[in-house]
Amino acid sequence: MNEKQMISGSEILIRSLIREGTDMIFGYPGGAIMPVYDALMNHTDSIDHVLVRHEQGATHAAQGYARASGKVGVCLVTGGPGATNTITGIADAMLDSTPIVVIAGQITTDLIGTDAFQEVDFTCVTQPISKWSYQISCPEEISRVVARAFFVAKSGRPGPVVLSVTKNAQVGMAEYIHEKVSFIRSYDDDPEIDMDAIEAAADAINHAQRPFVLAGQGIELGNAQEEFRTFVEKADLPFGCTLLGLSVLPSSHRLNKGMLGMHGNLCNNVKTNECDVLVAVGMRFDDRVTGNVDTYARQARIIHLDIDASEINKNVHADIPVLGDCRKTLKLITERLLPANHGKWISSFAQYDREEYEKVVSKELHPKEGPLNMGEVVDAVSRACGAGAVLVTDVGQNQMMAARYFRFSEKRSIITSGGMGTMGFGVPAGIGAAFGRPDRKVCVFTGDGGLQMTIQEFGTIMERRVPVKIILLNNNYLGNVRQWQELFFHKRYSFTRLDNPDFQILSSAYGIPSKRVIDRKDLMPAVEEMMAEDGPFFLEACVAEEGNVMPMIPPGGTVDNMLMEC
Amino acid sequence: MEQTALYTIIVHSENFSGILNQVAAVFTRLQVNIESLNVSASSLPNVHKFTICCRTTEKNIEKILKQTVKKLDVISAACYTDKEIFSSEIAMYKISTNVFDDSESLSRLLREYNTHVVEVTPEYIVVELTGSGEDITELREKLQELGCIRQFVRSGRIAVTASNAEKVSELMEKREQIGNKRQL
Repeated sequence: MNEKQMISGSEILIRSLIREGTDMIFGYPGGAIMPVYDALMNHTDSIDHVLVRHEQGATHAAQGYARASGKVGVCLVTGGPGATNTITGIADAMLDSTPIVVIAGQITTDLIGTDAFQEVDFTCVTQPISKWSYQISCPEEISRVVARAFFVAKSGRPGPVVLSVTKNAQVGMAEYIHEKVSFIRSYDDDPEIDMDAIEAAADAINHAQRPFVLAGQGIELGNAQEEFRTFVEKADLPFGCTLLGLSVLPSSHRLNKGMLGMHGNLCNNVKTNECDVLVAVGMRFDDRVTGNVDTYARQARIIHLDIDASEINKNVHADIPVLGDCRKTLKLITERLLPANHGKWISSFAQYDREEYEKVVSKELHPKEGPLNMGEVVDAVSRACGAGAVLVTDVGQNQMMAARYFRFSEKRSIITSGGMGTMGFGVPAGIGAAFGRPDRKVCVFTGDGGLQMTIQEFGTIMERRVPVKIILLNNNYLGNVRQWQELFFHKRYSFTRLDNPDFQILSSAYGIPSKRVIDRKDLMPAVEEMMAEDGPFFLEACVAEEGNVMPMIPPGGTVDNMLMEC
Repeated sequence: MEQTALYTIIVHSENFSGILNQVAAVFTRLQVNIESLNVSASSLPNVHKFTICCRTTEKNIEKILKQTVKKLDVISAACYTDKEIFSSEIAMYKISTNVFDDSESLSRLLREYNTHVVEVTPEYIVVELTGSGEDITELREKLQELGCIRQFVRSGRIAVTASNAEKVSELMEKREQIGNKRQL
């Protein structure tokens, strides 16, 4: 009779992670997770552990890794404060549907409920902001729970999963049993497709005179970029992208009309309220896209493709809801589409592009004098990057400017905090993206506010020589809030001015090569120097202090009534 | 202000710890008060059944159902009008015996509502009423007028659907078939 081979729960946990394809962990050790860290030392040939400088950085790095690579990002942290420091990243991953697994230590089961040192009911805290949160209390359940966690994180609409592992589960001995989870009876990760809805959607598109498509991140998450391309090309459908959907097809695609929403392109927002059929694919009608929903696309028949039933009719009523994996539903609809030519309708977008170019873009990208503009810095970096770069942004004006003026050529090329709008996301997410896709150039745009929220991750960049190109658009303000104060609070700049440190000295303290650019003539040489550098580089662009992101739908405003100038 | 109505929601879930918290969180997020809640084993093995009553708008109820069923270990969530279910509540009333002795109307009242006597002591009697929520409230109000209620408790609504079998059975059979296919 074979004797059972008993190993520790920590060893089971690491083996289970390897089985699920984990080759990278972003983490930070501490008391309640030490046995797992000890076991990790036996597997450094299989798993590369990146030591971050704060647990929030670990979650954002895991998000960046997941979104760049398409794999599940993994974080390993201790309990108590180590665990609560991950909350922002978990909530961010939930809102942006990013597959990550956060593994946190927890005190031993016997002590739970006694307010023991670093005791936090982390499962309870994270349940409302995660796809699934579970506490592992014995070593026997680790293999199965880890298998379930990865299945949940990456299937259906992806999202964060949180596992708290008690100390006794980590040190207890059990047999490792290879587990696989591909089905959970209470969880429908691949909803059955209603063929009547497919027929109705195809019919509506075939009869449309002025069709318009909204492309969301669901297309990237569902790996449906090619299905989407065939769909729009066959029926000649112009499309606008959500912030997270910007790279579903190249920026240069003739049907790609740019970004939707608050700081999106004018033509998209005007045409949303002129189209007769609006097809939303893998997007959720966020208020930053719709503005006032009461005046949003009221004239159009709305077709909504989504894998998550709770998104249908949540913000905007869908006349034809198409529930399911968009890779399948797009294909089924496309098979039923008649080739069409909407040339006249598509050419009607151009006048708004011209208006936007004259009133906004030309001034932003080609100023004759004055300080640097945010947009021209983005444009310079984008041009110098060439094809295939991944854009990572922080949150605020830097994010909107980067989204507006960066040009995308490959799928999965934008990593930004869309739903949660987490300042401090950029640098750690950039680190994760660089590990996730070492073959691609990673450019992080950040502001002077957001940078300082997670600036300690410069230490991670230094230690691992992470080849991220960080571009700081420094305007010495919390720029986006200042812009709103200028426009909606009578220029009362309440606590948005920042007295900043010398970022060049800071960068040099971390051994990261850097450059500060003030004059326009120095911009391109500095960008080229950055691009020529193999490792990390920090480029500080001192931009106009009171630059604004235009055009803009004022909060609660109507989608087709954009402010073009301040 | 949008019009509100009383809804009965039936939720089926796995029998794991912490699910009540997750279901309740959906209501908390939308600031909807739960009027009554009953959780118990269902007719299906390892499946728990929640019967939840709440007063809210039609718009909110769709969100509540979709966001509840989105919780990983929730199997189904559906909302019913009173015509689509048979529902009942149980209530217990503890009544001072001295009032009972002095009042003929009290005993008439208890007979009228078809209450059952649970316990009789020299100080109080306990009666139980199973019936509609309205009957239970009415009896409580009438007993309060007589000034004899020492304690009162009600269970909250429980309900079965008017359909032949629980809809969740069909759903689970279908899910089982999908599960079997995937494991092949």
